[in-house]
Amino acid sequence: MGRSGKFLKIFAVTYLIFLYAPALLLPIFSFNSSQIIAFPLSGFTTGWFKALLYQETLHEALKNSLIVAASSSIFATILGTLASRSSSRYNFPGKQFSLTFILAPLVLPEIIVGVSLLIVLIQLGLPLNLWSVVLGHTLLIMPFSILIMNSAFNNLDISLEEASLDLGETPIGTFRRVILPLVYPGIMASLLLGFTLSLDEFIIAFFLTGTETTLPVYIWSLFRFPKQLPTTMALGTILILVSLILLSLSEYFRRRAAKSQTSLL
Amino acid sequence: MVKLVQVENVFKSFGDVNAVNGVSLDIEEGQFYSLLGPSGCGKTTLLRLIAGFEKPTSGQVFIDNTSMEGIEPNLRPTNMVFQNYAIFPHLNVEENVAYGLRNKRENRNKQNKLVDEALELVGLSGLNKRSANALSGGQKQRVALARALILKPKVLLLDEPLSALDKKLREQMQSELRHLQRAVGITFILVTHDQYEALTMSDRVAVMFDGKVAQEASPRDLYELPTSQKVASFIGEMTFIEGEIIGENKNLKVQSEIFGQINIDKSRVFGQSSKKIILGIRPEKITIVPKTSRSKNLVSGKIIDVSYFGETTNYKVSCGTIETLTISSQNSVGQPSYSVGKEIQLKADLDNIIAFSA
Repeated sequence: MGRSGKFLKIFAVTYLIFLYAPALLLPIFSFNSSQIIAFPLSGFTTGWFKALLYQETLHEALKNSLIVAASSSIFATILGTLASRSSSRYNFPGKQFSLTFILAPLVLPEIIVGVSLLIVLIQLGLPLNLWSVVLGHTLLIMPFSILIMNSAFNNLDISLEEASLDLGETPIGTFRRVILPLVYPGIMASLLLGFTLSLDEFIIAFFLTGTETTLPVYIWSLFRFPKQLPTTMALGTILILVSLILLSLSEYFRRRAAKSQTSLL
Repeated sequence: MVKLVQVENVFKSFGDVNAVNGVSLDIEEGQFYSLLGPSGCGKTTLLRLIAGFEKPTSGQVFIDNTSMEGIEPNLRPTNMVFQNYAIFPHLNVEENVAYGLRNKRENRNKQNKLVDEALELVGLSGLNKRSANALSGGQKQRVALARALILKPKVLLLDEPLSALDKKLREQMQSELRHLQRAVGITFILVTHDQYEALTMSDRVAVMFDGKVAQEASPRDLYELPTSQKVASFIGEMTFIEGEIIGENKNLKVQSEIFGQINIDKSRVFGQSSKKIILGIRPEKITIVPKTSRSKNLVSGKIIDVSYFGETTNYKVSCGTIETLTISSQNSVGQPSYSVGKEIQLKADLDNIIAFSA
């Protein structure tokens, strides 16, 4: 390895430390027996995790978050699947234009999306509740879903669909027996990634939530009470773990989608 | 014979491109029929029009005297073997082969029996549970055939099915396909760009250029009596020589380059009559004779290139005003071989010359 190789290695390691060191502090302090978040550590405890079991508002927020994450990832995946299907198989006027606009939430600041959705909902006289958050999250997740499903559909050989039709199957039967099984890993990847994104999302949820808060909004509200800080750390630790597991699963399915279709040729 | 597939003045354009430009064909029941042409000639589009994957811009396709207009591919009495086989990667061999039976509402036992028969027909007995991804190219090809034939279509469409196989396997599959077609008696329509494939396998061949059928004939007629210079040079090799008509009785009297004055039977003359004429001769109709031999119509020349093909040797010879005359010579025992630069004497089988109006 040359000089530049060595430099790149140091750069990569430093980068990873900056990226993950703050996150590593969470588990460290969540097992620390002191209420004050500072070094030196005073002792080991699992008490903060136990405390989580008795906070009913937390359980309510968790339930809300799960409802929002599940609903918005399902809605976004359905819409994303339909959008990618139409863009990969059909040509229609304004296709590129509409695709660009559907993907826009990827680059729009979330705070802008949150504020504008809030204004629209209030103007329409719609109540703010979990479903308004679901709406916001669906909008946010859909671009990711479209990107994942695009690659799943682009890898799908059109002659497989034609072969199915040719063998006497109807278009709906073809979707069920050929297309769906082959893009299924993509759908799983999209669902899992969408679920993770929604579960962690704060800004849009903060603007659009009514009286029912989601987990990130709940955590934010805890910061007003310094005594609650260590339990928040414990909760954060669990959230990081869950996100990592979901992301790995999503990546596993995404790779399987890519693999199952290249091996066919 | 019964006309099974009729293509009536079909046009198909994609944007500004006329892929199929006025094609009419009658394909008889039980025939092995080939659509032959270079890539981009519209042969695959024509096949897809018959299968129903494309809709004609104008004109009609009839199968078994029924117009196919507005009939979707899944309801047509045709099945197709795709160029890349299109084997369903998530299903095993058996599930692939039985795919189309699902909608036929046959019971399980009957289905299994049909699958076994189909696999035996294509020589894949016992591979029922093999995963589609574990199949070789040749095996995929056979699965695709079994999957289509199990439905007993009136017409089997084959889109360059052999082009992805290596030469040895391709030749083996050519003869197997031919035997299979005779055994099942189903009409086969094959699309290919390989003229030898079309000649060896087919009962009839339609040669296509630029979206049009240039000639439709039996393989023998296509090779021996091509009706245009374009077809003649696409099917095998042919050397073209200029000539001029100098007289006419029951034959055509032609004054030609190198061969001098010759007579050509009128059945071997194609195109509009004009004074100028192009003569064509196949490489194997010219032989190299010893320098010492004396006979009529001998031509002398000089070898400028030699290509050895095992069973034959091809010589490019320059003689007189003709820059390159191609000769194909059998490499039989006692046949001398010649090297570049050698002066030789040629004898052409003049009865085999054909003529195209210039």
